[in-house]
Amino acid sequence: MALSGQKRMERRWGWILAVPAILGFLIFTAGPMVASLAFSLTDWQIGGTPSFVGVQNYQDLVRDELFWQSLSVTTYYTLGSVPVALIVAFAVAMLLNQRVRGLAIWRTIFYLPTLVPSIANVVLWIWIFNPDFGLLNSLLRQHGMWIYDEGTAVPSLIIMSTWGFGNTMVIFLAGLQGVPRHLYEAVSIDGGGPLRRFWHVTLPMMTPTIFYNLVVGVVGTFQVFNQAYVMTEGGPGNATLFYVYYLFRKAFRESEMGYASALAWVLFMVIVLVTFLLFRNARRWVYYEMAAAR
Amino acid sequence: MRWVYVALGLGAAVTLVPFVWLIRSALMQDAQMFVAPPEWIPDPFQWSNFTEALTAQPFGRYFVNTVVIAVISVLGTVVTCSIAAFSFSRLRWRGRDAVFAVLLSSIMLPYAVTLIPTFVMWQELGALDTIIPLTVPSWFAGAGGGVLNVFLLRQFFLTIPFELDEAAYIDGASPWRVFWTVVMPLSRPALIVVTIFTFIGTWNDFLGPLLYLTDEESYTLSIGLASFQSMYITQWGYLMAASAAVIAPIIALFFFLQRYFIEGVTLTGIKN
Repeated sequence: MALSGQKRMERRWGWILAVPAILGFLIFTAGPMVASLAFSLTDWQIGGTPSFVGVQNYQDLVRDELFWQSLSVTTYYTLGSVPVALIVAFAVAMLLNQRVRGLAIWRTIFYLPTLVPSIANVVLWIWIFNPDFGLLNSLLRQHGMWIYDEGTAVPSLIIMSTWGFGNTMVIFLAGLQGVPRHLYEAVSIDGGGPLRRFWHVTLPMMTPTIFYNLVVGVVGTFQVFNQAYVMTEGGPGNATLFYVYYLFRKAFRESEMGYASALAWVLFMVIVLVTFLLFRNARRWVYYEMAAAR
Repeated sequence: MRWVYVALGLGAAVTLVPFVWLIRSALMQDAQMFVAPPEWIPDPFQWSNFTEALTAQPFGRYFVNTVVIAVISVLGTVVTCSIAAFSFSRLRWRGRDAVFAVLLSSIMLPYAVTLIPTFVMWQELGALDTIIPLTVPSWFAGAGGGVLNVFLLRQFFLTIPFELDEAAYIDGASPWRVFWTVVMPLSRPALIVVTIFTFIGTWNDFLGPLLYLTDEESYTLSIGLASFQSMYITQWGYLMAASAAVIAPIIALFFFLQRYFIEGVTLTGIKN
């Protein structure tokens, strides 16, 4: 069909139809990215005029205790919630993959929490964590302080985030269903039991899916905001001063746009660095069929 | 096999308990709510929690505001993402794959990086306190994170046989006609997935409305609920009733379109 008229038409329409996406990228992604780098080199209050200060903001940042606090709180949250969510989601997906009856119903039950709108979720969990009459203390007959104590605030938020493991689980389940049957049979013929099947077939075949969920989880948890804004306001004692919440406070409460832009760029660099390390490390443990076929 | 069901049952119980707690609290009188050990069946059923909570603040208005924003965003996303996906998958033009790769790189970008300049831009344009900042980006192929939709649709379009296009071109059809009469009708499942996830994304968005909507009249359900929470901080019956009312539409939507939800989650996970 390589008529030249056809080619010309495709080329013209191709560009026209891609225009909204390209403009969107320039206006809402590339432009703001460059702009925020430029902002980060200025001292700028909302409504005032920005003045160039070079890398001053970045120098201040290194000496800013709250910056380090927010970075470590966020890292703590990521290191806690991502592995827990991955393990829970994987375990439940394994259970559901045992050819259970009523699969759709089970899957629905475990998926339901992910549907709860974030703010409704936060309001519900404030009540669940209530020290006097909340669900957790009522059930455990304890008097835990949960989000109201510096030591337990982040772990409490990790428990809360684990409740929403349904998305990850559905992805794991789809991955498990895609593991070729004959591999399991091969292990069985060689006399391998369930443990061996898990170790030598399921786990290696699932590494790409695990890796995907890991990256998505890390990038997502680095950007938590709503919990800090509505539940804890960063407290108690800055124990939940999540990075994006601190950035938000700097930008929109204290009106330090330049400084907040520097925070944004540092976050960007951190996420790029972490994903880069994850990808580099992935070569050692993620199994890709393509690579094996060569 | 039995232990599998026992384990699943336990897991399901733990997963569902917060929902039970939500509903029982939404229907209880304060006096009963605060007894120890906790009671699970409301007596009497305090239905007025719902009516009072939902009229204490104009939740009806918040609902309408949220629906308006969601509908405009979904329309924009579906239209512009599918034409872009069509261009990137079924039309041949020079530089196509390079352009697509560049667009795709924005998927991993943290939203915090673009937050401040975007806010400043809308402020300069005088668009604060309107729904423009919350809806217009979706008419540019979702902008930012919306590129994922272009990616999903493109993957789906690639599974449609190209012979269909060629046949239509021989009949003298234009690319637009091929898009509209060949590709779109065959892509219903993918379009529904994009619709659902965009709808939920806008429905749940908090930071966007928080930044751009300061007038209470224009609040969405998310910020409406957050401000309600800060005002009725100890009225648990009201708070739970309001939360339940915000959750209900999404759960209802899920039960109607369950198949597409699961398909969508799976698509995003596997295709990456």
